[in-house]
Amino acid sequence: MFWEVTQSLLGGMATTFQIFILTLLFALPLGLLFAFASISKWRPLRYLMQIIVWIIRGTPLMLQLIIIFYGPGLWLGHNIWKGNEAGRISATVVAFAINYACYFSVIFRGGIEGVPAGQREAGQVLGMTKSQIFFKVTLLQMVKRVVPPMSNEIITLVKDTSLARIIAAYELTFAGYSFMKSDGLTWPLFYTGVFYLVFVGALTLLFNYIERRLDYFR
Amino acid sequence: MAILEVNNIEKHFENTKVLKDVSFSLEEGKALAIIGSSGSGKTTLLRCLNFLETPDQGKISVRGKILFDASRPAAENEKDLRTKRLHFGMVFQSFNLFPQYTALENVTLAEKLLAKEEADFKKNKKEIVEKIDSHGRELLAQMGLSDREGHYPHQLSGGQQQRVAIARALALKPDILCFDEPTSALDPELTGEVLKVIRSLADKKTTMIIVTHEMAFARDVADQVIFMDEGFIVEQGEAARVIDHPQEERTKQFLTRYTNG
Repeated sequence: MFWEVTQSLLGGMATTFQIFILTLLFALPLGLLFAFASISKWRPLRYLMQIIVWIIRGTPLMLQLIIIFYGPGLWLGHNIWKGNEAGRISATVVAFAINYACYFSVIFRGGIEGVPAGQREAGQVLGMTKSQIFFKVTLLQMVKRVVPPMSNEIITLVKDTSLARIIAAYELTFAGYSFMKSDGLTWPLFYTGVFYLVFVGALTLLFNYIERRLDYFR
Repeated sequence: MAILEVNNIEKHFENTKVLKDVSFSLEEGKALAIIGSSGSGKTTLLRCLNFLETPDQGKISVRGKILFDASRPAAENEKDLRTKRLHFGMVFQSFNLFPQYTALENVTLAEKLLAKEEADFKKNKKEIVEKIDSHGRELLAQMGLSDREGHYPHQLSGGQQQRVAIARALALKPDILCFDEPTSALDPELTGEVLKVIRSLADKKTTMIIVTHEMAFARDVADQVIFMDEGFIVEQGEAARVIDHPQEERTKQFLTRYTNG
């Protein structure tokens, strides 16, 4: 039985990991884009961003996931998501990427604004272009500032992947829970917890490493 | 002919006028000190010269070429603006060194970025980088910082940081080097080493504009002094004349505080 549970949980873990990685892959650049939009000099864009962030942060991720997965089928008459596992994972990644991009954008904005204006001015008087200033001067200082809050969000993301169960994506929590439903077993639930703990533990080590690597300057 | 000519510069922020009809000129190889109380517009004037602020009125010319003319607002692309900026070097009150780079990297960064844009950079990359690095080392040596090239800003004292910042500003060989209260963030012990470096630059006939509260230093090192108050140039002239024998009542008042204090 233990072996059977392990195999099943590993299968769930694969889906969880997929959702996690794909969400990060899309949410990180999207979040940076949102951050720039939210400090844009053009007011309408700034307001639009504020409204989007308000809506996304103000409603449950589970609700957003349900709307994104079932909405298109009900409005358009045909489901844009394939009814298989891949379709469910795609819908999850879309919902998660938008949601997390909004949270990330607030953190990034803080990171950008936290770099003293003097840094940008020093670059300007040295004849650097805007993009040189961003990539060569501001970016690394911003990264250093956002690592601690980002590690919080990213660890939360690991556990939020369990919400995908609501649209029947067979992720880690779903896998563990199914043994309780079918066989009345509770120990697989704790075993599932161990999987999350190992995952988050590895991430924690990674973030500690990044923080140490950026420790050489202040 | 004057290397720098500033004509009738005006600048307001919202409803406050911070610069009113500011005009002066500077000869090549001369040092100009700008003195005056806080809020008199000295720093804003320097920031206008470095295109960190855009004046609302007036003209700025370097070597007879008009860099800025408020009456003819040209749609400027980034490249033109950069070329114009390179006429001026700027040393900030708060140093503004890049914390993630070593002293040498701080000095050479801008030069390397400019070199990268040249067509033949890829072909002679090694040579060009070596040349820039050795130029950077030379500048640090000039600042007495040869043994600090691999240090990061947070490992340096304030005086050392400011000297790195001066080397960085010199790296692009500006026509005019501007200092915005270069010693105001330093304690008196460290002020001396920075002033010494600026003095040596003056001895080498570097064209400089120095916004400062160090009156004795202004009199010794500067050729010309401008006294500003409430956005106006109240008095300008030969350094020793303005500081030792001011003509205007407002200048006398201001200087008395320094000589008695």
